[in-house]
Amino acid sequence: MWAFTLRRLLYAVPVLLGVSMLVFALIHLAPGDVVDILVPPEVPKAIADSLRQRFRLDEPLYMQYLAWLGRLLVGDFGVSFFTGRPVAEELSGALGNTLVLALPAAGVGFLLGVVLGALAAYNHDTWLDKLFSATAIVGVSLPHYWVGIVLVAVFAVVLNVLPAQGMGFEGLPTSWEHVQHLILPVVTLSLIPMGVISRLVRANVLEILSQEFVGTLRAKGLFNRRVLYHTLKNALPSTLALMGLQFGYLLGGSILVETVFNWPGSGGLMNLAIFRRDVPVLSATIVVLATIFVVINILVDVLQALIDPRMRR
Amino acid sequence: MADVAVPSTDAATALKRAQQGKGYWRRVWERLREDKVTLAVIGVLAMLLVMVVFAPWFTIHDPYTGSVLRRLKPVGTPGHWLGTDEVGRDLWSRMVYGGRLSLLAGVVPVFLALLIGGFLGILAGYAGGLLNSAVMRLTDVLYAFPSILLAIAITGILGAGLQNTILALTISFIPPIIRISESVTTQVRNLDFVEAARASGARRLTIMRYHILNNVLGPILVYATSLISICIILAAGLSFLGLGVTPPSAEWGLMLNNLRQGIWASPLVAALPGVMIFVTSMCFNLMSDGLRQAMDVRL
Amino acid sequence: MPRPSALLAVEHLTKHFALKGGLFGRTSALVQAVDDVSFTVERGETLGIVGESGCGKSTTARLLMHLIKPDRGSIAFEGQTVGAAEGLSHRQLHRQMQMVFQDSYASLNPRLPVAMSIAFGPLVHGLAKAHALARAMELLAAVGLDPALFANRYPHELSGGQRQRINVARALALEPRIVILDEAVSALDKSVEAQVLNLLADLKARFDLTYVFISHDLNVVRYISDRVMVMYLGKIVEIGPADRVYGDPQHPYTRALLSAMPSMDPRRRTRQAPLSGDPPNPIRPPSGCRFRTRCPLAEKVCETTPPALLALAPDGARRVACHVHVPGSGHTRAAARGAA
Repeated sequence: MWAFTLRRLLYAVPVLLGVSMLVFALIHLAPGDVVDILVPPEVPKAIADSLRQRFRLDEPLYMQYLAWLGRLLVGDFGVSFFTGRPVAEELSGALGNTLVLALPAAGVGFLLGVVLGALAAYNHDTWLDKLFSATAIVGVSLPHYWVGIVLVAVFAVVLNVLPAQGMGFEGLPTSWEHVQHLILPVVTLSLIPMGVISRLVRANVLEILSQEFVGTLRAKGLFNRRVLYHTLKNALPSTLALMGLQFGYLLGGSILVETVFNWPGSGGLMNLAIFRRDVPVLSATIVVLATIFVVINILVDVLQALIDPRMRR
Repeated sequence: MADVAVPSTDAATALKRAQQGKGYWRRVWERLREDKVTLAVIGVLAMLLVMVVFAPWFTIHDPYTGSVLRRLKPVGTPGHWLGTDEVGRDLWSRMVYGGRLSLLAGVVPVFLALLIGGFLGILAGYAGGLLNSAVMRLTDVLYAFPSILLAIAITGILGAGLQNTILALTISFIPPIIRISESVTTQVRNLDFVEAARASGARRLTIMRYHILNNVLGPILVYATSLISICIILAAGLSFLGLGVTPPSAEWGLMLNNLRQGIWASPLVAALPGVMIFVTSMCFNLMSDGLRQAMDVRL
Repeated sequence: MPRPSALLAVEHLTKHFALKGGLFGRTSALVQAVDDVSFTVERGETLGIVGESGCGKSTTARLLMHLIKPDRGSIAFEGQTVGAAEGLSHRQLHRQMQMVFQDSYASLNPRLPVAMSIAFGPLVHGLAKAHALARAMELLAAVGLDPALFANRYPHELSGGQRQRINVARALALEPRIVILDEAVSALDKSVEAQVLNLLADLKARFDLTYVFISHDLNVVRYISDRVMVMYLGKIVEIGPADRVYGDPQHPYTRALLSAMPSMDPRRRTRQAPLSGDPPNPIRPPSGCRFRTRCPLAEKVCETTPPALLALAPDGARRVACHVHVPGSGHTRAAARGAA
């Protein structure tokens, strides 16, 4: 088991290195370089060049890469071009805000997903199940950022019961007003995980229900609660794995929803950075989010291997 | 055992039919013909394609000229049956013309990813060993990014525009296609009939041609078509963020973003482009499902 | 020295599979699937190979067909070594020897009409497509399936028995001399099995074939085989004419195997389990004679020295790998050296 975990961790190292190289390569493929962004074009070449020297841009690429990587590893993400503040500071604040959104969204999405999926599977072949399948297809085809806009249109503009955008608080919500700001974004964000999880749960539960041992339990008259327990236990491993992945997506892919609701999370930060061509912020955010995703993937793998020994290769 | 009607009982005709070897795809086509839902969906998509390609024929107004006086007119305004956008351009025209870019950015990346990823994946799955490891490890690096993030990384850093959008989305979709191609090919490669083919003394390329490809391309194709619906949503999403198509081009995601400012004045109009994204995406989804069912040999 | 009438001569065939494990996927153990196996297949006979699961029968089949590369050993077809420069190439061997697999469904490409599956072999070896398909139609008729009805069907539209007939047709398409049947009838219903066995007997006579029939079903093997080879844990323990091996088994394992066969005869009752314990691990087989841990006659010499497969009589028709039958081996039941 430990061998497996160790192998998995070791294995993540080249992946993360690859990630950093990719981001670095992208930065350097971008038209123009750092100095072009920082200084206006009228500046004489001599000054621009000396700036380049200061930023060590005249050094060979691999050296720049190693230097950049070295700084990343100690947590020095550089300083924002725009605000002048250390990126690490801005990023950690933004990540916190995203978590405030992602955790409830995950909770709602997973819970409803499991319930809906199980219900659909139990009532297989009834109108409930057909409704579910139809909803599932619709759900997968909906752009969730559009749903967010529609929700804003309905609840904020037309009905005027919820705020249209913004976070409205710092840190954690402490009042109903704060929570009001949370409702629409959380609902929007929870849609995709809910859809994905409910489909998986339904498929898993269906498969288990059709297995023979369920027939045995039923014949013994032990139906309902015991069966439910056994069913869930068997469906657990792959469901948990998917939940982990979805949480990773929530963290890394929240940018669209955060843009719709002007939420100051990591996604919103990225958005601003793109707009302002704030390369340090953008690159650091991407690297950090990718790293978090990789870590979550590792955790999911290890968890799966823990529950289901067959997974350990 | 399915009851397959063989039109003739003559051995010679059977031989001739065997030589033509059209059997499998004909059955797929026959099955598709029976699937009313999928046919309807394909019809809708075809209609959309026609409208989008021949846009000037279906619209009255120029999608680029607007008048500030006519900003944000609601649905049902005479002359602008879907209203106008925040700069006064006719929304219907914008939507139809916008379909060009949205569909382009939605379909082309998946097609390219299918070519590149499919080739790499099948190769890796069939060859095994070192080549397989190399390809899969490379895929893993790309997989470290949630798909949006990768697309954003590329367009955010390299710049917006249609070309970069297509590039970014293609790269985002190559990993899942490689993964499924490799997985399916490895499975097929280990099946008994492939071993039997090797036992006939066939060379690897021959086995690939007769036994691997025809079993592998089907699932890969079906998976790829299911990706189109996601690509459309992502492409529009990128434009929504300002990373995709640039103004003043018409594109559904971009329109969605621009119209947000006007949501207080005209909420219905602001939501309309999203409807197009949704409908198109759902059509592709249903089509892909129908295709999958038609291609399932066992049904 | 392979006898002149031997069609196939196998010498010292060995295959060990490496098991990977541990932190870096190092080879942690070896599965000794087939170990130093030597036998011949005579022209025109049916050689049956029997043994429990895991004894190496299927691996042997795949080694013969060169689907797996042997670690050691050689195969000679009609005196010519396979794979050697002056001998037969593997491709040429495939024209002489074909195989029918156990899983009738998995053996056929689900996306090819069965006629194409049959025609594939000849196609690969250079026959034009039209001719290959024509040959396929002939073979369909030969195995009892009407070409007009079956040529364009897909495997999932056929029953197990029909599919296995297709597999036989496919094996015959290259006009081989030897056909290896690896548990070819094991997955079929009994009545269908009988039909296919009769078909096989017919085809053998018609096309002058030689069969290697692998099965764990002792009754079937007895019915169809001329000679029988008994394998245990990767080694041959006994080989000889079928009726002699069945009627008067010499190796303790063969005896145990045969006495475990369920019988319809109420007088033959099994009073005591003939074999004790589970088959040991092919990864670490017992030293010396591999059967010794379950053998009622095991002694010290069985632990130290692996018994060689030696002839019981000068004509070499029957061979047994057991110290009991080797004069002077040191086994208490063995005759003294020099005794007849």
